[in-house]
Amino acid sequence: MGRTVAQKIFDAHEVARPGAGVRIISLDRVFCHEITTPIAINDLVSIGRDRVFDPEKIKAVIDHVSPAKDSKTAEQGKTLRDWTRRHGIRDFFDVGANGVCHAIFPEKGFVRPGYTIIMGDSHTCTHGAFGAFAAGVGTTDLEVGILKGVCAMREPRTIKVVLNNSLRPGVYAKDAILWIIRELTVNGATDQVIEFAGQAVSELSMEGRMTICNMAVEAGATCGICYPDMVTVDYLWSFIKEEFPSKEAALAAYSGFLPDADASYTRILEIDASCIEPVATVKYKPDQVKPVRELEGTKVDQVYIGSCTNGRIEDLRVAARIVRGKKIAPGIRAILAPATPLVCRQALKEGLIADFMDAGFCVTNPTCGACLGMSNGVLASGEVCASTTNRNFNGRMGKGGMIHLMSPATAAATAIAGHITNSELFK
Amino acid sequence: MKNFNGKILFLDRSDINTDEIIPAKYLTESTKAALKPYCLEDLILEGFDPKRDLAGKSVVVTRANFGCGSSREHAPWALECNGIDLVIAENFARIFRQNMFNCGMLAISLDKEKIDALFREFSKEDASLEMDLDNKKFTVSGGGKKAVFDFEIGDFDLDLVKAGGWVSYADARF
Repeated sequence: MGRTVAQKIFDAHEVARPGAGVRIISLDRVFCHEITTPIAINDLVSIGRDRVFDPEKIKAVIDHVSPAKDSKTAEQGKTLRDWTRRHGIRDFFDVGANGVCHAIFPEKGFVRPGYTIIMGDSHTCTHGAFGAFAAGVGTTDLEVGILKGVCAMREPRTIKVVLNNSLRPGVYAKDAILWIIRELTVNGATDQVIEFAGQAVSELSMEGRMTICNMAVEAGATCGICYPDMVTVDYLWSFIKEEFPSKEAALAAYSGFLPDADASYTRILEIDASCIEPVATVKYKPDQVKPVRELEGTKVDQVYIGSCTNGRIEDLRVAARIVRGKKIAPGIRAILAPATPLVCRQALKEGLIADFMDAGFCVTNPTCGACLGMSNGVLASGEVCASTTNRNFNGRMGKGGMIHLMSPATAAATAIAGHITNSELFK
Repeated sequence: MKNFNGKILFLDRSDINTDEIIPAKYLTESTKAALKPYCLEDLILEGFDPKRDLAGKSVVVTRANFGCGSSREHAPWALECNGIDLVIAENFARIFRQNMFNCGMLAISLDKEKIDALFREFSKEDASLEMDLDNKKFTVSGGGKKAVFDFEIGDFDLDLVKAGGWVSYADARF
């Protein structure tokens, strides 16, 4: 029987089989941020195991609350900062150099096809966009990852989602993944990997693929995976050109992690991508998705563009095109959080930041605290936010707040209109 | 090993997420005990009052996909520091389930018919559970009724519970 992508990656990283259906795999990367790592660090210290398996394979960033908002978050930052210094972890991105973990780590070239990656963050599945196996874990798994460089995972079962044909103009990766989650439901891919295939996926940039894989966990998936191709190689080329004589050689090497033709899937979901239209969530689960046209006129108090889902340069370009030369509606607060310093610099260079500021947006430093109600854009009770983030859970952006998840294009159009509306109206 | 016996809290809803179990604004706390007052404070469930309903409970019985969403281990910790070390559900979000076992807690999946039976027979009673981990079964009693349920648990998961969690298990082997 053929192997899926995740099975091939597990085969190449297997350390042990501690029981039926479980494998211990070695880790190529352990990513860390300041919310879930400090407790792991403190625990390792308290049990006399303040060590790291490999400081070169551990990457760390302060991203959720940056700069610190109070003494508790300052302590979290300090714990992470001191630990990276103590153990010679060179790739630590502190205030000023920091960005949203799932945007900055790929941008730095830390993710490669075939890698195994864990992080104490459920949206770690984002990195599967590069053909890697990347999974969110809790603090204890993170702790063992830091100490031993291994993690226990159940034998991967895989759902294949095939997006046939092309996305229509005005329809984006975010619409596609919300559409897919509605099909799968929030429990539809639990304990499974999703391979995203088909023409519409191969036509996406790495940014678009990261948006898709980012939300795989919202269907319960362990990881979302896209197949490495020339788009992947082009994105990585400046980091890998010393390793391969040519891009073709790199692609040939990475093709070892493509699924076999006779790989076994628990389900194959085929979707005609040309039928997907702009969508947004309603209520409190990410599978509660409706076409934007049915939500036309829904009032919002705040618009948020940013996060590990949609804070990358391509997202800012799309949104800036819509707000350029216009003003946000009276009574609306609009917030833009570029995901990394590089995204911010590039947006400045292209004049996008000016477009947003001229329109009335508040432009923040790269950080992601608004998404989970920790900082920089928290909602008051009863308020509604049109957001490019990934979770619309009750109270997620602030107690009593309500979130409609949508693409940057729809969010930008909503900021201008003052209510949810289709971005195509602003062309 | 932890003690898995005691009074049952029934939460009659699917897809109860980690933000409902413990909101993100409390993730800046540096001890488990600090989470205790906030457990389930944002749960959407009619008639549920966390302070009143959590008191004295040791077991949660709920529906499908419990613990979906965030990777935060604060979710099992918030339950643990309220005395709840066992959750029984149709199924669990992967990270939440692994976090439970990694902490030496128990996450038991039962098929829908058994979960339905638990709710039907015992959710209106002052029900309690007695665990027999060695024989992979538990007994629920309440309102003059008594029922025994078999369950399955993987060898590795059981080893984690007996070892007291993943850190001590892994440290001894890898």
